[in-house]
Amino acid sequence: MEIVALMKQVPDTETQIKVNAEGTWIVEDEIKWIMNPYCEFGVEEALRTKEKFGGTVTVVCIGPARAVEAIRTALAMGADKAVQVDDPAIWGASDSLGTARILAKVLEEIPFDVIFAGKQAIDDDMAQTGPALAELLGIPQLTFVNGLEWVDEKTIRVNRQVEGGTQVVECKLPALITCQKGLNEPRYASLPGIMKAKRKPLDTKTLSDLGLDPSEVGKAGQKTEILRVELPPPRQAGKIIEGETPEEKAAELARLLREEAKVI
Amino acid sequence: MLFQLTSEQQMIQLMAREFSRREIEPIAARLDREGAFPWEILKKMAQLGLMGMMVPEEYGGANVGTVSYSLAMQEIAYACPSTAVTMSVCNLACEPLVVFGTEEQKQRYLVPLAKGEILGAFAVTEPGAGSDAASVRSRAVVQGDHFVLNGTKLFITNGSYAGILVVIVRTKEQEAGHRGISALLVEPGFPGFSVGTVEEKMGLRASNTAEILFEDCIVPRENLLGEEGDGFRIAMSALDSGRIGIASQSLGMARACIDEAVVYSKQRKQFGKYISNFQAIQWMLADSVTEFEAAKFLTLHAASLRDEGKPYTKEASMAKLFASEMVNRVAFRATQIFGGYGYIKDYKVERIYRDARVTTVYEGTSEVQRMVIARQILKGV
Repeated sequence: MEIVALMKQVPDTETQIKVNAEGTWIVEDEIKWIMNPYCEFGVEEALRTKEKFGGTVTVVCIGPARAVEAIRTALAMGADKAVQVDDPAIWGASDSLGTARILAKVLEEIPFDVIFAGKQAIDDDMAQTGPALAELLGIPQLTFVNGLEWVDEKTIRVNRQVEGGTQVVECKLPALITCQKGLNEPRYASLPGIMKAKRKPLDTKTLSDLGLDPSEVGKAGQKTEILRVELPPPRQAGKIIEGETPEEKAAELARLLREEAKVI
Repeated sequence: MLFQLTSEQQMIQLMAREFSRREIEPIAARLDREGAFPWEILKKMAQLGLMGMMVPEEYGGANVGTVSYSLAMQEIAYACPSTAVTMSVCNLACEPLVVFGTEEQKQRYLVPLAKGEILGAFAVTEPGAGSDAASVRSRAVVQGDHFVLNGTKLFITNGSYAGILVVIVRTKEQEAGHRGISALLVEPGFPGFSVGTVEEKMGLRASNTAEILFEDCIVPRENLLGEEGDGFRIAMSALDSGRIGIASQSLGMARACIDEAVVYSKQRKQFGKYISNFQAIQWMLADSVTEFEAAKFLTLHAASLRDEGKPYTKEASMAKLFASEMVNRVAFRATQIFGGYGYIKDYKVERIYRDARVTTVYEGTSEVQRMVIARQILKGV
């Protein structure tokens, strides 16, 4: 089976995020970068699929030179090969649709039966790239998947997390699946895996290698533009309600909830 | 000299860190409290290749080198020094098999050790032979196609659970000195093998330390490791690399203490200020971090010498001496910074304080390390 795992490198969740002076993006200099945790579920599911049916797992990542680290991690986990798209024309100027267009182009050259993606990247939280790619490829999309079983080699049955419950969907391949927490426990890269990762093929492509014009996917091709980023306001200190008796405190609490917080 | 980790070394460090924080840290305090042997964790570590890190690929290892081994050991010890010493001894038991083992011995014992299917142990210490390894008394006598082994080994890490033990014994009379010492590969299933007292220790309570008894224990002659008389050399070379392991374990513990102390000093208020504002606390932290860094470079230096195939006996002893004494000072200061809470079992520094104590004692006492270092300096003059 031809299995593709899409992967994005994102800032570590423990990173202290700082906004740049212009207020247009975050300062990337001191950030520790990791594989997007939702993509990790996708890579893991791709590897499990290969273990079940055999085949090839190809990791596809759009990202600058630093992203090689995350790609090597996916290869060390057990993926067979990787394609990276690295082009200055798209850094900081590619929205989800642009990203999906690039991926669609990459996938013209890679055969696939099933594509695994994270349900969203934890940096910009768009959750758009996977669905947009499925549309461009004209294949079914199964989003927010937190459970998966194979009916046969051509059919999957997935659990989708939906408001207040679970939706069970059966689907013929090819299909694109975006992975939610709970789907699996991603493995750690083993030592033999780490030692082998460097010897696995990693193909780095530019936009022109893919036959793409920067105007289609770069700044000029954007349908959305980030105008401003800001940090959430610092949390206000809590308020201690004073009063002689519990009754007094309760009355004061009720008054504050009504008059200040305006919630009752 | 420039320490730049390779991308593989960085990945191994990161993987071990993630594994340690996610899988071991949450249960380490319970393991200590219950004195429970961490079978589940060890199984997972074996699957990742952490139990035979320097074993060649053809025998099931990943052959990642000593620097990587040190980095991984530091990360595991950060969460659980007990698990780290178990890992250390399993890796240690592989060493003599890699160097001295016959093809058949390697297939039989090294492959399952490297894959983590069995645990290993290394048995030198006896009631009357600790630092003075040449005075080993356990006696193996050839009878036909086997040795008959009699004696007692003491303080054997993994002793109760090892699937294979490298046992240092005497095959010639006492007068032969260290030339009469040999190494035997002993399976716990051999007739005459038994586990004696399992020690109740001050620290490293989730590791296993046992007495091993040999009463007319039958060991096939093909289980002689190396040649007769190689035992002392095998023991000494294993100890050299073992010392890098213990230095690395000390580093992991020290960093845990430093991290704990830094965080606590910024949370704890006395006299209206966070205690991190007091110079007394700052100096303790500064000393700890400085000594930690010094120990780290000594250790990585010894490890990289070993990877380059250069002599490293002196450097391994220096690293072990300094790192083990360092972690005791660092743990002492961390407890001091925590005040009364540092004496309470709810806090990690209490556990590390106990775990750290043995590092200046086992794998050669500080005094023996100084002896080794002095001998190395003086011999060339």
